[in-house]
Amino acid sequence: MSALPQTDNQTAGGRPARRLNLRDAGWLAAPAVLLLAAVLVYPLAIIVLRSFSEPEPGLQNYIWFFGSPVNRAVLQRTFVLSGWVTLASLICAYPYAYAMTVVGKNLRLILILCVLVPFWLSGVVRTLAWVILLQDSGVINSILRGLGLSPVKLIRTQLGVVIGMTQVLLPFMILPIYSVMKGIDTRLLQAARSLGAKPWRAFLQIYVPLSLPGVYAGAIIVFILSLGFYITPALLGGPRSTMLSSLVQNQVLSLLNWGRGGAMGVVLLVATFILLAIAAPLMRQKHTQTRREK
Amino acid sequence: MNATNRTPGASIDIRKASKRYGKFVALRDLDLSIRPGEFMTLLGPSGSGKTTTLNLIAGFTEVSSGSLEIGGKSVLGLPSHKRNIGVVFQHYALFPHMSVGRNVAYPLTLRGIGRAERDGKVRHALEMVKMADFAHRYPNELSGGQQQRVALARALVFDPPLLLMDEPLGALDKKLREWLQLEIKRIHRELGTTFVYVTHDQEEALVLSDRIAVFNGGQVEQIGNGRELYDHPATLFVGRFIGESTVLRGKADIVGGDTVVSIAGTKIVASGKISGHAAPVILLRPERAVLHRPGTGVVDGENRLSGIVEEAIYVGSGSKYDIRLKDGTTAVVRSPLGAPEFAIGDTAEIAFRPGDVTLLADDASADITLT
Repeated sequence: MSALPQTDNQTAGGRPARRLNLRDAGWLAAPAVLLLAAVLVYPLAIIVLRSFSEPEPGLQNYIWFFGSPVNRAVLQRTFVLSGWVTLASLICAYPYAYAMTVVGKNLRLILILCVLVPFWLSGVVRTLAWVILLQDSGVINSILRGLGLSPVKLIRTQLGVVIGMTQVLLPFMILPIYSVMKGIDTRLLQAARSLGAKPWRAFLQIYVPLSLPGVYAGAIIVFILSLGFYITPALLGGPRSTMLSSLVQNQVLSLLNWGRGGAMGVVLLVATFILLAIAAPLMRQKHTQTRREK
Repeated sequence: MNATNRTPGASIDIRKASKRYGKFVALRDLDLSIRPGEFMTLLGPSGSGKTTTLNLIAGFTEVSSGSLEIGGKSVLGLPSHKRNIGVVFQHYALFPHMSVGRNVAYPLTLRGIGRAERDGKVRHALEMVKMADFAHRYPNELSGGQQQRVALARALVFDPPLLLMDEPLGALDKKLREWLQLEIKRIHRELGTTFVYVTHDQEEALVLSDRIAVFNGGQVEQIGNGRELYDHPATLFVGRFIGESTVLRGKADIVGGDTVVSIAGTKIVASGKISGHAAPVILLRPERAVLHRPGTGVVDGENRLSGIVEEAIYVGSGSKYDIRLKDGTTAVVRSPLGAPEFAIGDTAEIAFRPGDVTLLADDASADITLT
């Protein structure tokens, strides 16, 4: 090693020396923390408590839940359907988000509006629209019949539920992926091509890995929202596509059995935490590596 | 990287190349020949077409018209990933999700080179830029200068016959820039690869290059080594862009074979004359003039211009003076150590020989802000 100039190490990372200290800024989160404590933590604690204490103290609610084959099937189906919804959302969202990063300003505005407009409509309205589209005499089957094809059973099937939920949850997949993609330096692709990479190879080896943090974030949000989704499966689904949320609703609102309803909620919550614990290290690793000075 | 598998440098021939973006003409009828193994710097202000030229050679854009040959073969229509050219970018462009070692190995992996050979080449390339200890680090853990050295290793690891660099040191501080300039020069000497280097910094161009092509308005104004460009600029733009200078303008006449320019009532003689109809101007380098106290040291045949010392700066090797002439022009003069010294407000006379100035055609476009 010849003598390196001193400055070489002093500029390391180019990080700003002045950064808001987390300890100093912690109180900024106080309003949100108080609100969460009041409207989330407190009721949650009550539900957990009642799942162990009603009608009498003990594990009877959990024994009941896992003892019933129907309940276990519904739990499994909830996870499987959520997986399908997540996959379908990803397949639709990835190219859409990519398109948002490459099109001109006006078209991008239209694409963003298309993502956001569904947020301004109630989930019930959107699901009812799907009923009109999917029902046996609905728009899709009318078109199929018009083309001389045999109609497909969509409403009250798992396929119908997945289609409806995917549409409703798509924005939660598109937005995180887009926010990561728009930060990717596309000049890296130019660099990869100069090093000898064909365009598709540069995309797969450089762009896709850098977009993964957005994919993980979107997938986790959509999956977790799917697990607890109620309106869409209830309106579009049939007896064979019942999800856990419908069972909870049935126990709590129809049978007024807070203990069993609470136990199902706790099972869902714990399953979600386990899933997050598995996914978190994966996400964190990818995340630090994409942060670079601009 | 070692002598046995060294690829000889490639030549570049650009003929009548033009590049238009809609109505904007980035390059007009550019002619540029670069010799094998040469260190050629494309120098010019922003928007002069130097980066466009580099992008054409790299294959990032295509010419609107004209021809482009690398190593004697036309590369028109050949996509950048088939050109086998190393490129170093101002923004480093290291892949943030790959370690330094994997970044440097990437072009070798693309070429299907086996593990053992790849590891050897990566190590050689990192040793060449003195980054061998950093192979397991990630780009965001490195300083700008370290990242750029890794980028240089990555661009050279596959032994390309040609290396392009687009303001590679532009984002670094001065001391580091100067050190890396010498490193780049050493690597060029070791490899014999053709280097094409884009910069707007004329000092950097003088330090690095075998030859410099000075760009202005989408064309090459002059190609030559540093001495040629400094001592014999072909245009006023080149004269002003390379080094410091004083431009003297006035009503000009031809007397004998020489040009006489009248500046604020004083007649200044410059050897020779310029062809064409443009008005001649006189370009005076700061070292070519000597400062005298009024009326002293008069030599026959020397020009004399009187002015007021506006700024006097001690620069170690001597002093640098800004002298305001009667017509408002500020002349720059560098005096060596031991020459008479002047204070701000003193009256001084600038003396220089008719043969020590350059006569050039006046050109308003040469007055654009120099970066």
